[in-house]
Amino acid sequence: MAEPATTSNTTEDRLAAMTLPTGGWSDPARKAALTRVRDMGLPGRRDEYWKYTRPETLVQPDAPRAAVFANDEERLFANRDVLEIVFVDGVFDAAASGDLQMSGLQIDRLANAQDIHWASDLYGKLEGEGHYVPRPLAALNTAYATDGVLIHVTGKAEKPISIIYRHTKEDSDAVLHHVIKLDAGAELTLLENGPGAARFNQCMEVDVADTARFNHVRAQGRDHERRDATHIFARLGTQSAFKSFTLTVNGRLTRNECVIDLTGDDAIAHVAGACVGDGDFHHDDTVFVTHDALNCESRQVFKKVLRNGAVGVFQGKILVKEGAQKTDGYQISQSLLLDEDSQFLAKPELEIYADDVACSHGSTSGAIDETGLFYLRSRGVPMAEATDLMTLAFLAEALEEIEDADIAEELTERLSGWLRRRRG
Amino acid sequence: MLEIKDLKVELEEEGKAILKGVNLSVEDGKVHAIMGPNGSGKSTLSYVLSGKDGYEVTGGSASLDGEDILEMEPEERAAAGLFLAFQYPVEIPGVGNMTFLRTAVNAQRKARGEEELSAADFLKEVRAKAKDLKIDAEMLKRPVNVGFSGGEKKRNEILQMAMLEPKMCILDETDSGLDVDAMKLVAEGVNALRSEGRSFLVITHYQRLLDHIKPDVVHIMADGRIVKTGGPELALEVENNGYADILAEVA
Repeated sequence: MAEPATTSNTTEDRLAAMTLPTGGWSDPARKAALTRVRDMGLPGRRDEYWKYTRPETLVQPDAPRAAVFANDEERLFANRDVLEIVFVDGVFDAAASGDLQMSGLQIDRLANAQDIHWASDLYGKLEGEGHYVPRPLAALNTAYATDGVLIHVTGKAEKPISIIYRHTKEDSDAVLHHVIKLDAGAELTLLENGPGAARFNQCMEVDVADTARFNHVRAQGRDHERRDATHIFARLGTQSAFKSFTLTVNGRLTRNECVIDLTGDDAIAHVAGACVGDGDFHHDDTVFVTHDALNCESRQVFKKVLRNGAVGVFQGKILVKEGAQKTDGYQISQSLLLDEDSQFLAKPELEIYADDVACSHGSTSGAIDETGLFYLRSRGVPMAEATDLMTLAFLAEALEEIEDADIAEELTERLSGWLRRRRG
Repeated sequence: MLEIKDLKVELEEEGKAILKGVNLSVEDGKVHAIMGPNGSGKSTLSYVLSGKDGYEVTGGSASLDGEDILEMEPEERAAAGLFLAFQYPVEIPGVGNMTFLRTAVNAQRKARGEEELSAADFLKEVRAKAKDLKIDAEMLKRPVNVGFSGGEKKRNEILQMAMLEPKMCILDETDSGLDVDAMKLVAEGVNALRSEGRSFLVITHYQRLLDHIKPDVVHIMADGRIVKTGGPELALEVENNGYADILAEVA
């Protein structure tokens, strides 16, 4: 029997199950995105870009059910001076959210933004341009997103924005789209935390103007059965900086795509991720960084710890366009396989059209370092605890990519606690 | 007391015999030295005693205070009071030296049914002991042994020893890679830990370390056996005449 391929039926079945929001400034962008979805078709098993990750459950009309993870621990980033914005199963929760007024920026909700909005020039723009490789789930998002935040950062934001996602319904199917525009010289730290829904399609477009700085730290929530397809599209101006880190623990299926265009000279883009998967866990980081300016730096640092048959995927590309001289591109993806059942699939790619660049990439898979393990045990640290320490040590290089050392420490502590708890 | 009887060990993969019947008793509070040429089995003895993988015990026994240690996991041996100062201390990027020390100290206390040290007490103790070994706060903060010089790594081993307070310390070529000043500092650290209840097994190629850590008994090891045992003067004999004479004499 032939493998099922994506057909126009698959795409149309999915579209038929959704309602296209209409009646506002985003209409033209949504319609254009819908055309893109139909032209590309939703991803299927035969798509080269989905070779290592099966897209069916992300594409089928109804979200597969996902049990809500009972969780009594304090949520991440709780004890910080931040502006909290809460979405419950993809629906904005005004009562739980803070006052959306803050000096240095303007925040609106996609769902009720006024008719003429600054975001109308941006909504769907970076997504629409980010299809060197088809990303139909992102176009689907632009067309159908029911809500999201539109953040215009005009100066230095007085505190970070923390978006909190809660998953309360077993069949929730959320589509959220955020747009963040940083003016020249502006600065923002954006935190995201929690499972968005049983199935969560999220898209974030970030326009970073000259000399602006954007820091992003995300923790995707511990629900075991959730499915996520996320996209970040970023454009960087001259001397700007973009840093994004994602921590993923648990989740049945996660596909995180990050598409970065370095369009101004001397810009810096760092994208990193740490993931820990146990059992029925599939995690895919797909990154595409384009250097289209002079003297820019990009780093991709991804670490995955996998056990009991968990699967990790990394597809990372650095494209250096003609004329993007003095590019400094770095990419590393590594997995720690804690048993023989787990799998890491990596596809690192470099495509370079300039002759004066320094690009390197590496990918490794391995078991835990026996020498280090013995050293710890010889000092009296029991096997399980020593394994956890070595696991944290393995992930440290990715966590060190986080700009704010305090936040990095909070995530490390939390990870350490999760590992300890599993040990019992 | 460490008691090794007719210990025979092979390399697991190659089936090659390394230790061919080692007999050795280290009494409480004593310092024994083992000297011997390269390949005589000195380091293997230290690894087998501390429980490293890759060796197969084919005969004999080793016990610490009457307890068979060869059946124990490495961490159980540590909790029982055994400590190996590594010839090549291992670098562990990503694990802070302090975290490592505190985890080790508390794991051993827990294994012995003692209460864990509070963060404040631990900090106080580690700072005082680090100071004696000229280990600064920066070194304590860094990942375990990462970016440490040879001397710093060996001092860090002694700091671990000081914090863990073992009954039986094995020093595997602790002098290798050290200049005279660094060696003195390490030796002072070791001497400060000498006490009635604590024994040492000092493995070394050279007599010079034994100028600083004065042994009660010196053993010469060759081809997987202890071939000669004597007092400190035996080390001087090696220093002056090399191993050849002694080996010829016992052959």
